Amino acid sequence: MTTNIPQTNEPHITDAEANLELKEVEGLSQGQIVRKRFFRHVGAVVSMVVLALIVLLAFTSVGLSFGGVRVPGWWQWDWTQNPRPINGGVPSWEHPFGQDSIGKDLFALVMRGTQQSLMIMVLVGLIGATIGIVIGALSGFFRGWVDAVLMRFTDVIITIPFIVIGAVIGSTFGKLGAFILAIVLGLFSWTGLARLVRGEFLTLREREFVDAARVAGASNGRIIFKHILPNAMGVIIVNTTLLMAGAILAETALSYLGYGVQAPDTSLGLIISQNQEAFQTRPWLFWWPGIFIITIALCINFIGDGLRDAFDPRQKRMPSERAMRKSDTAAADAAALRGAEVEDAMSATASVGQAQAPGPDARAPRVEGDTAGDNPDRDRD
Amino acid sequence: MATFIVRRLIAAVLILLAATFLMYNMVALSGDPLEDLRGVQTPNTAQLIEARIRLLHLDVPPPLRYFIWLGGIAGCFIGQCDFGMTIQQQPVLDVLLNSMDQTLRLVTVATLVAIILGIIIGITTALRQYSAYDYGVTFVSFLFYSLPIFWFAVLLKQFLAIGANDWLQRGGQIHWWVIALVALASGLFWMSVLGGDVKRKLITFGLAAASGGLLLWYMSVSGWFLNPRFIVFGLDFSLLAIAVLFLTVALLVTAILTGLKNRRSLFIALGMAVLGIALYYPVNFYLFNPQVVPMNAWIMIASFLVVILFGVAVGHLFGGDNKAANRKIAAWTGFLVFAIMVVDRHMQLWQAYSQSGFIRGRPIATIGASNPGFAQSSFFVQGVDAFTHLLLPSIALMVISFAGYTRYTRASLLEVMNQDYIRTARAKGLTERTVIVRHAFRNALIPITTIVAFDIAGIIGGAVITERVFGWTGMGSMFQNGLDRVDPNPVMAFFLVTGALALLFNLLADIAYAALDPRIRVS
Repeated sequence: MTTNIPQTNEPHITDAEANLELKEVEGLSQGQIVRKRFFRHVGAVVSMVVLALIVLLAFTSVGLSFGGVRVPGWWQWDWTQNPRPINGGVPSWEHPFGQDSIGKDLFALVMRGTQQSLMIMVLVGLIGATIGIVIGALSGFFRGWVDAVLMRFTDVIITIPFIVIGAVIGSTFGKLGAFILAIVLGLFSWTGLARLVRGEFLTLREREFVDAARVAGASNGRIIFKHILPNAMGVIIVNTTLLMAGAILAETALSYLGYGVQAPDTSLGLIISQNQEAFQTRPWLFWWPGIFIITIALCINFIGDGLRDAFDPRQKRMPSERAMRKSDTAAADAAALRGAEVEDAMSATASVGQAQAPGPDARAPRVEGDTAGDNPDRDRD
Repeated sequence: MATFIVRRLIAAVLILLAATFLMYNMVALSGDPLEDLRGVQTPNTAQLIEARIRLLHLDVPPPLRYFIWLGGIAGCFIGQCDFGMTIQQQPVLDVLLNSMDQTLRLVTVATLVAIILGIIIGITTALRQYSAYDYGVTFVSFLFYSLPIFWFAVLLKQFLAIGANDWLQRGGQIHWWVIALVALASGLFWMSVLGGDVKRKLITFGLAAASGGLLLWYMSVSGWFLNPRFIVFGLDFSLLAIAVLFLTVALLVTAILTGLKNRRSLFIALGMAVLGIALYYPVNFYLFNPQVVPMNAWIMIASFLVVILFGVAVGHLFGGDNKAANRKIAAWTGFLVFAIMVVDRHMQLWQAYSQSGFIRGRPIATIGASNPGFAQSSFFVQGVDAFTHLLLPSIALMVISFAGYTRYTRASLLEVMNQDYIRTARAKGLTERTVIVRHAFRNALIPITTIVAFDIAGIIGGAVITERVFGWTGMGSMFQNGLDRVDPNPVMAFFLVTGALALLFNLLADIAYAALDPRIRVS
């Protein structure tokens, strides 16, 4: 790489960007870089804090009830009690979210619903991700008939809309409680992820480091788990997040249709379904559960966006002009101090050139739900 | 190409067979179809159970029963479709035929509107990357992604339907502060979308705010929302408004496709618009008059085709050295002009419709797919009726896919705009319009076709929920009724139609892919 080192006092703007980029990743591991980029995404960090608060609130306030074990929380009511309706259930100090038509405390109901929705979301995400990774990895790595069989199987499942298969599952397993329902839903939610993981594996298995590992005598299992999977982690994590956001919406929709969580227990979708006729008279019964669904889904989507920015350096935010100017002056000062060692500058530019050029893996199948296609270069047109 | 399509069709049929087998067994095993009969102790319970077992072949285990069902479906190829019976002893085929057009109409409208709006907004956000408009749309699409569709639908019902109907009944007047807000919003919107330096931005803002505000004020004082005609001093100036609209369309089409500097294209487009103005009354008095032409959907589609072919012919005859582009311009202008005429014909009936005895001034419907009172009315009245019923469900249904398409179009166009050949095109000195429309847009469409095809399954799933909220008796309710009573036949009919639709869209996407990207050879 023969680079013209700019000799003027105003370095070219690309160098400023390069300096920023280089300074940012100097001496950091992959995980540290990802973490650093993630925490720079304001929306994602805020979403994570909000989500953590919601989880904390939901699980401490009304306590837990699982498999017959009941741990009480700090809130005075729970979702099974029917206190006397006060003033038609209008929100008050006693019942900040209001009460439903038979007097149940809406705060307790919404908290319990949030617990259920979160639990289903996490289970569906975990199970879907596990199966998706296994199927995608197997068919991408082994190709041939394994790939053909597994992908045709995926095609079959993907033909059935998730809501439709969810409804069928719900009408069979809904009575058995939210936990079983979540597990069975997870068994059918892996298709999109499997395709993406397969695409990722197809590209990665052709890379030199895989050949090197094979020459060194690594077994297939070792190549898959130690060499390819870590490199596919970005796609997997981002899409598992999006899968979870989809799962919470699907769960609430199923509960709304009557195929989700069943009556003595409750869920956010079920509360809305039970009370949608009362919108005119008791609007709070409708607003609170909806707001919680949206907040959770929005947080997860923003976290997914932040993760994508963090894992995919090609799609990063443009650094602000001030940051670039600052980096410019810093670089110029440093160069002046060093007496502008051309060697140094050259190697720096060269390595940055490598870091910035998207490798073949960056061009690999686009992430599902890929939203922010931001590239710093695009800004200058 | 033919072998490719045949091979894909065979694969699609095999996938559909496997998927239906899976679904059939899952539905059949989801519960006990005799539950409602077992509960009651009447003397003839045993007979009823016996009858139902015979009707639905319940004595055959589900995996084998599937083949009985499949045999009935296979009869379609020899003209004897048998979708089986429902548990209420109705032929499923009848139920399906009654409910299919509603659902397909809803799904089609929602998909088309979502695609068109999503692509337009995606392109504008990509071209104005990192503007306030871009950030605004980004946030809104994240919000739309996270909306539970049923919750949003109930909100729409409350505010857009009941609220709007109340407002129309009060006379359809707009408060001055709403007008001011809308004017401000329209100014900011156009300023952000059109861009430019500070002076140009200020001028755009002023013009957009003023025209938006004035238009809204006029609509408010003239009662446009009750009767969408332009009436001044008792005279109908609607043709004037239509003429302005036609000419704007002509200018817009030319500006996008070849640029206004291309005089020949401009004159062709304007000629089509003027022809439209000249034919406005004849078309309204003859073609759109139910007493002269018994209008129906087929005649309407045929008229559109004739208009488009006429445009192609005009573009070819007067096209000069740029026949291909001019054919496109004339065809698009003709299509849009005729579409505006059709919309206008419907709007002429709006007042009569909303004040008829079935509607009583509350036109926006919240329940059902059509008002049975208009079953015998003309094509255009039914069109207005379909619009008022489709409005809310399709908004609810399109919101999520709309958000997706905007984001994909934006990402895809940004990706393309960063390619070397775009830089080359700019370096050649091509105008920005040519670079975007001719070089970038087409390539940006390629990934979007795939997304649209995938999305169709999601939209169908959403239709089940939307139909429930708005009380439609479409395929969604057929599916739910069947599922609730452990009756596989109607569920399978639903799934067969939607699954075939999804596979068809995937096939179309593959073909579109090949058409858009000449490097892809299908074989």
